[in-house]
Amino acid sequence: MMAKRQIKPLLAVENLHTFVPTTKGQVHAVDGVSFVLEPGKTLGVVGESGCGKTMTAYSIMNLLPRGTVISPETTIEFLGQNLVGLPRPQLRRILGKNITMIFQDPMTSLNPVIKIGKQISEVLVHHLQMDKQAARDRATELLKQVGVPMAGRRFNQYPHQLSGGLRQRVAIAIALACEPQLLIADEPTTALDVTVQAQILDLLAKLQEKTRMAMMLISHDLGVVAGRTHETAVMYAGKIVEQAATDELFNHISMPYTRALMDAIPRLANPPHTTLQTIGGQPPDLIDPPPGCRFAPRCTRARNRCRQQEPALRNIQGHNHRFACWYPLET
Amino acid sequence: MPVNAAKARPGWTFWGAVLWLAVVVVSAATAGWWAVPAFDAMDWDNPGAAPGTRVDNAVLQNADETQKGPYVYRLGTDTMGRDVTSRLIYGARVSLLVGLLAPVIGFILGGILGCLAGYFRGRLDSIIVAAMDVILAFPGIVLLLALTFYLGPSLRNLVIALGLLTIPAFSRVARANTLTLRDLEFVQAARLTGAGHLSILVREIIPNVIAPMTAYALLIVSFMIMAEGALSFLGLGVPAPVPSWGGMIAEGREVLEEAPHVSMIPAAVMFLTVISFNLIGDNLRSLAERRTSQL
Amino acid sequence: MGIIWNKIVRLVLVVLAVTALTFLMVNLLPGDVADMIGGQGTSQEDIQTIRKGLGLDRNIIVRYVTWLGHLIQGDLGQSYLTQESVLHVIMIRLPVTVELLIISQLLTLLLALPAGIFSAYRNGSFLDRLISIGGFATLSIPGFVMALVGIYLFAIQLRWLPATGYTPLSYGFWANIRSFILPALSIALIEWVALMRVLRSDMITTLQQNYILMARAKGLPPWKVLVHHALRPSSFTLVTVLGMQIGRLLGGAVIIETIFALPGIGRLMVNAIYARDYMVVQGCIILITIGYVVINTIVDILYNILDPRIRTEPSHAG
Repeated sequence: MMAKRQIKPLLAVENLHTFVPTTKGQVHAVDGVSFVLEPGKTLGVVGESGCGKTMTAYSIMNLLPRGTVISPETTIEFLGQNLVGLPRPQLRRILGKNITMIFQDPMTSLNPVIKIGKQISEVLVHHLQMDKQAARDRATELLKQVGVPMAGRRFNQYPHQLSGGLRQRVAIAIALACEPQLLIADEPTTALDVTVQAQILDLLAKLQEKTRMAMMLISHDLGVVAGRTHETAVMYAGKIVEQAATDELFNHISMPYTRALMDAIPRLANPPHTTLQTIGGQPPDLIDPPPGCRFAPRCTRARNRCRQQEPALRNIQGHNHRFACWYPLET
Repeated sequence: MPVNAAKARPGWTFWGAVLWLAVVVVSAATAGWWAVPAFDAMDWDNPGAAPGTRVDNAVLQNADETQKGPYVYRLGTDTMGRDVTSRLIYGARVSLLVGLLAPVIGFILGGILGCLAGYFRGRLDSIIVAAMDVILAFPGIVLLLALTFYLGPSLRNLVIALGLLTIPAFSRVARANTLTLRDLEFVQAARLTGAGHLSILVREIIPNVIAPMTAYALLIVSFMIMAEGALSFLGLGVPAPVPSWGGMIAEGREVLEEAPHVSMIPAAVMFLTVISFNLIGDNLRSLAERRTSQL
Repeated sequence: MGIIWNKIVRLVLVVLAVTALTFLMVNLLPGDVADMIGGQGTSQEDIQTIRKGLGLDRNIIVRYVTWLGHLIQGDLGQSYLTQESVLHVIMIRLPVTVELLIISQLLTLLLALPAGIFSAYRNGSFLDRLISIGGFATLSIPGFVMALVGIYLFAIQLRWLPATGYTPLSYGFWANIRSFILPALSIALIEWVALMRVLRSDMITTLQQNYILMARAKGLPPWKVLVHHALRPSSFTLVTVLGMQIGRLLGGAVIIETIFALPGIGRLMVNAIYARDYMVVQGCIILITIGYVVINTIVDILYNILDPRIRTEPSHAG
């Protein structure tokens, strides 16, 4: 556990269990995830598709599909208030205002028949009770801040008239409109061109510095997270399997899975035609997970104990670096 | 029109509908043998009698004038004292005949036109579609009124007029399905092996168009029954004394307050029949859709 | 612009075809107005004289062309029976039908919109199934039966509304509206189903889109998400079907008008057919057909306006 510091955490997720109903049964999509976010800090959450990182975000944001259940033992404390079990109207006052989210695909996350300016001003009107004109002005201001050129004209345009990068900037403007304390960015650059990716991530960093808001940066790409986060958590099959301050994590990778993720990143330095490293196999079935470590079937270092007993997330003595592995690297 | 079938697979509603239709059909067919008074036998002593009224001097159909006996008007009598049950089962004949025969006209003619249009495309397609549009541009009622007037009100003319009206709808279904089919592989294959247009139409296209058209036809049947009802209601259906459900409903209108059963019972029977056809047609359509999606 | 021109051309062609057909049909009816005017027992000579006076003895093609010529000038001819201008007769009756149209469509929307939105939102729930079943059942009720049931319930049993008859506006707004409620309901109770189904289907698709998730993430309450974000992209088919229904209703309200004794176009036309008053019949059919095609064209054009994606050019700047 991270030692309790003087600064009160902004968001404290404790023991999150999320069960998603499917035709084949209930999927234990998030299995006992806990982490803490402090103001002004960025947490990176990394993992393959289906590892539960998006479901974690949805659990916080009340965006779960109908019929999904969060275990009553879970607490999601935001500024001291437990969001789990909070009545919907109260929850809606926090979400979109104090905690906001941007989504992966900017091509589909904006309403095609509403002017983009209006999509920004409506949160201002709804949460801050601004009048129409004030909201309009502020929205135009926000568009400028996120780097949309000719903001005044763009206000009246429709999403299909903007490129992907611009649309994501609009999404950021929407998310930042009410000056939230926490921004959750779910794969914000995955659907964008490489050149635009860096721009967007830089923009997010800049805005975060200005507003001192906390950020949760979700990605499947370790590269996105490196250098842009204070702390990183690696998720696999619904659980956090390694978590540490980002520098610490990258310098002392303990969990084989994290190592494999690292190795899978193609590098410019590699000679041409180098075979891309992939992680063989498939993630486990989360309706009825196998016993033992969930990564064992795909792990090159797995031994008997791994297949029988599930390793708990624990700390090395003295370091703030947790991992869940019986035979971590560097031991 | 995509239907949200409340019942996805043949459940008890489907079989209930089949049962009801069987009852109606059998009753209509065997009407002549039922132990009821003739449908035009007027009992002036008991006009508008409530269902369940008992009399002692009724004359049953097929029986001698002198043979009067006790009888229970199970469904009551109408404004002229005629037995509702008797009129219902004879009226069923009209409704069923119109409902089942009229769509046949549309099915055959509309089907042919639609297949031709969808298969050959080009000029022929444009002409046929335009002609269908013109017919559709007419308010249906007007067409019906004018036609029945011109041809004279009779069962045969009613069937013809209503049948003609259904041609555009059937042609649309046939055309849409033909358009999809002609681009499929087995049709292309037939073309490549040198099969003539006629042979392709008959062997490949038509058999595959018949299924969706039949499902649609059942919905049309229910619509025809309602249309016949409406026309009879306006006095333009089959002429008296032959009873029809629509006519019975119209006759009961004047005594709606004192004797609602005169209108309501035939209305209920018509409703059940129509909804039965709808249910069956609906189920058949979802079955047909499921089969084509496995294509 | 070219598209609109095309549609107008099509409109004119269809109208021409329809008028020709009508003319042909109506004039082929056995017996004619002269018989009606003369009445029983009039001698053949007198009937011939009447015919000549009405111009009915001329060649049918000549009559058609003459009539077309008048039509373009806005003259629909005169009623054979009453000598009044057909246009005038129609114009008196038209407002009644239009009012019936407006009120019935408003009621239809009042029923269809909430039902469609709700059953899409709570897709698969018990209430959703109930609405579907209800819709299925009401579709199996013919219009005239619905009208009779309505009359029985509201006019006879409950005595809330008049059974038949039309009260003009001059007698008061509320009295006027009252005479339309039952007729409009009889129409609305059947037509709402098609609209509801179409809306429900489109909305279910819309609600699965990412931008709806985004709207929820903004903390907006469900009704705002449904009405402000989901409704508009889902209403294209709805508008189309609504247009078709309105177009059809111009002439299709005949039965309702007859049952409730409303002096509208439909009833005018039926009576004219009975009386072999060709001019009136033709005039009505023209009006109805033009109305139908015009409305459909408007819907087409409206479509283009509703969807901004069609309206404006996508740009790739930025």
